[in-house]
Amino acid sequence: MSPKTATARNPDKPRDTGEHEELISGSEAIAHACRLADVDVITAYPIRPYDTVMQYVAGMISNGDFDCEYIVAESEHSQFEIVKHASAVGARVFVGSSGVGWFYAFEALAVTAGLRLPMVAMVGNRALDDPGAFGVEHNDALAVRDLGWMLCWVETAQEALDTALIAYRVAEDTRVRLPCAISCDGAFLTHSQAIVKVPSQKMVDSFLPPYDRGDKQLHPDNPITIAPQANEDWLMEMRKQNDMAARRARGVIIEAYEDLNKKFGRGGEPFIERYMMEDAEIALVGMGTLAMPVKVAVRKMRAQGKKVGFVRVRWFRPFPTIELQDALKGVKAVGVIDRDYGFGSGFHSGVLANELRAALYPSKNRPKIASFIAGLGGREVTADNVVEITGLTRDAGNGKLDDQDTIWIGVRE
Amino acid sequence: MVANVETLDDFLKTQVLDPWKGPKKVPAAEYFTSGHRTCQGCESAQLMKLMAKAGGPRSIILGSTGCMYVANTTYYSTPWAVPWMHTQLGSSGSAATGTVAALRAMMRKGKMKKEPINVIAVCGDGGGADMGLSAISAALQHTHYNLLILLYDNESYANTDIQVSGSSPYGANSTFSTPGKVKRIMNKRWKKNTAAMLAAGHPDVRYVSTVCTAYPVDAMNSVRRALTIGGPTFVHSLDPCPKGWDYDPKFSHELGELAVETGIWPLYEVEEGQLRMIGRSKRIVEGQFKRKPVREYLRRQGRFAHFIDEDIEYFQKKIDDMWEKWLIPGVIPFAGKLNP
Ligand SMILES: Cc1ncc(C[n+]2csc(CCOP(=O)(O)OP(=O)(O)O)c2C)c(N)n1
Ligand code: SF4
Ligand SMILES: [Mg+2]
Repeated sequence: MSPKTATARNPDKPRDTGEHEELISGSEAIAHACRLADVDVITAYPIRPYDTVMQYVAGMISNGDFDCEYIVAESEHSQFEIVKHASAVGARVFVGSSGVGWFYAFEALAVTAGLRLPMVAMVGNRALDDPGAFGVEHNDALAVRDLGWMLCWVETAQEALDTALIAYRVAEDTRVRLPCAISCDGAFLTHSQAIVKVPSQKMVDSFLPPYDRGDKQLHPDNPITIAPQANEDWLMEMRKQNDMAARRARGVIIEAYEDLNKKFGRGGEPFIERYMMEDAEIALVGMGTLAMPVKVAVRKMRAQGKKVGFVRVRWFRPFPTIELQDALKGVKAVGVIDRDYGFGSGFHSGVLANELRAALYPSKNRPKIASFIAGLGGREVTADNVVEITGLTRDAGNGKLDDQDTIWIGVRE
Repeated sequence: MVANVETLDDFLKTQVLDPWKGPKKVPAAEYFTSGHRTCQGCESAQLMKLMAKAGGPRSIILGSTGCMYVANTTYYSTPWAVPWMHTQLGSSGSAATGTVAALRAMMRKGKMKKEPINVIAVCGDGGGADMGLSAISAALQHTHYNLLILLYDNESYANTDIQVSGSSPYGANSTFSTPGKVKRIMNKRWKKNTAAMLAAGHPDVRYVSTVCTAYPVDAMNSVRRALTIGGPTFVHSLDPCPKGWDYDPKFSHELGELAVETGIWPLYEVEEGQLRMIGRSKRIVEGQFKRKPVREYLRRQGRFAHFIDEDIEYFQKKIDDMWEKWLIPGVIPFAGKLNP
């Protein structure tokens, strides 16, 4: 269906009377979240696959369903700088990009975190050039992982919508004030439709308070100077404040999920999803839509009596160290599936595997960790691939496979 | 939710800032005050002071990286009495656009009191005319956004220790274009014609001007016109910089005048599609003032100390062309006639 007609669907179901269901893609679900969050300023720049969200937003605005300043910028650098400045004035903002577009905005991404501005962005995950490729890889969003951005990966369109609302709530909380990027796997989520429960305005208003910058607002009534130049005499204290905010984000995220579960009746566990993890001996770990084939394979293997489970990492920043230590404490071996790469890194693993190794290092009886790279450039990861990965992980647990190397799955030699 | 229909008057409304008739009419209140540490004789700092005065208290100022950031706003000692925010080197256009977008959306939705607020984004020649040109061009296309881009042109990347930019004069010595034993002229580029380029390239922009702080009341009135005419506007100021140009700071004002009198820096404004030459530049075009030889300007500055006669002649020839061969003298650089 053409994005332009998307908002004209279900005309006899008025949006404000209650939650309603729609068959929509992940991108359209995010666009609904922007409308429901009453976002003030949105900027767009075309790059696949994220651009679909802006097509839906544009349709909502031109149809009168959504009132915001909507600017098509002349580059991603400007796209992100524009919303950065709008956020400083007190506007709620939305922005997004993919692959090299996200990198074109890199300077703005860095300063937004330094400025502690609660920008919410959608990353339609995409392989970086060169060669130009459209399919999903996670290296784009992961590049900002140490700068102060909160990062999460979602599996379904429903989760995309709900997480966008959580993102605003957490990012704008005065205890946090950090930007947040919601990663949606290109094509598998951005362009795939599913039935989504779209909450009513009343529900959203009960969950998401307005954005109030208070004494940090840039306005003639409050003539402050934002980001004056600072050197070694002050910078370390400022960085430490950023660190404290990133630490506090944990508790605020937990609060938000508790409230969402209470008010919307969904949301699940913050940070991670545990899938068939009770009594699991082998655990697979991954992010995003990879969960779909993994869950199918896990069910299949469970039916054969194999004690296999899956942990889906929902939030990468803040990294769920405590939850992962807890979820993986009883297992013999863990197989981490990265849809990204970390060329030249320790064990040549992907980013998730490296982080997980570090997180589990202090655990008592830490499991063996096997690391896998799969699904790059949007290559399909099949249930059979997952069964193969599980077997290799079991071998690593039994000492039959070197757990200090990384195995590429489904790649031609 | 139904979007409000915007009316033109809601968002093209600006403050009333009438021109000041002479220095005695200029109010004493300052919005760029003490607390900065720019060089003695810094004309860019002077421009900040004039601009802040001209805009008054209901203004938001954005400033891109450069001397007017680093030497102006040191943590704990800001000189700004109006709200001020840093923006990235190439982001002045985006900073202005984002700030106006927020004000518009929030005022329209009732999240902020409705009132006209001046939004001024300041950039250097490096940040504005080189790196930030595309963002400025984009900002100038938002004809329903009231904003001013003010380019302070000290003719180098000054803050990083004086490097040549696309707005540096031909041959100028800089730390990236130092004359040596084999090559005397390291910077062979001629200065960009930024203001006219932006005026010609964005015909819906209602006000573009060039100013020089040697003529402070004109400069302030130009800023006031830019802020009141409605829509996006652009003002380009030539600012003598004692450190980068290498002269005694006491000559800043004089060098500004010389830049105009030799014809290097034409003063003009393009208002609602009408070009008007200003002051000395107007008199040059009308034949009432004879341009001074550029040698008088060049020989006053250390950055041209390595010039030999041949270089000065080349320079003079380029300036003669500007005034004698261009389609519009000093502004539009196409040689030739309209009806050949
Ligand atoms: C993206 C980026 N590249 C380089 C720099 C380094 N830098 C800081 S100030 C500056 C000079 C800017 O020159 P200009 O805009 O002319 O302002 P001026 O320093 O002359 O006042 C540069 C290059 C930077 N801050 N950001
Ligand atoms: S280097 Fe030039 S522009 Fe920078 S503070 Fe000194 S005089 Fe001003
Ligand atoms: Mg400069």
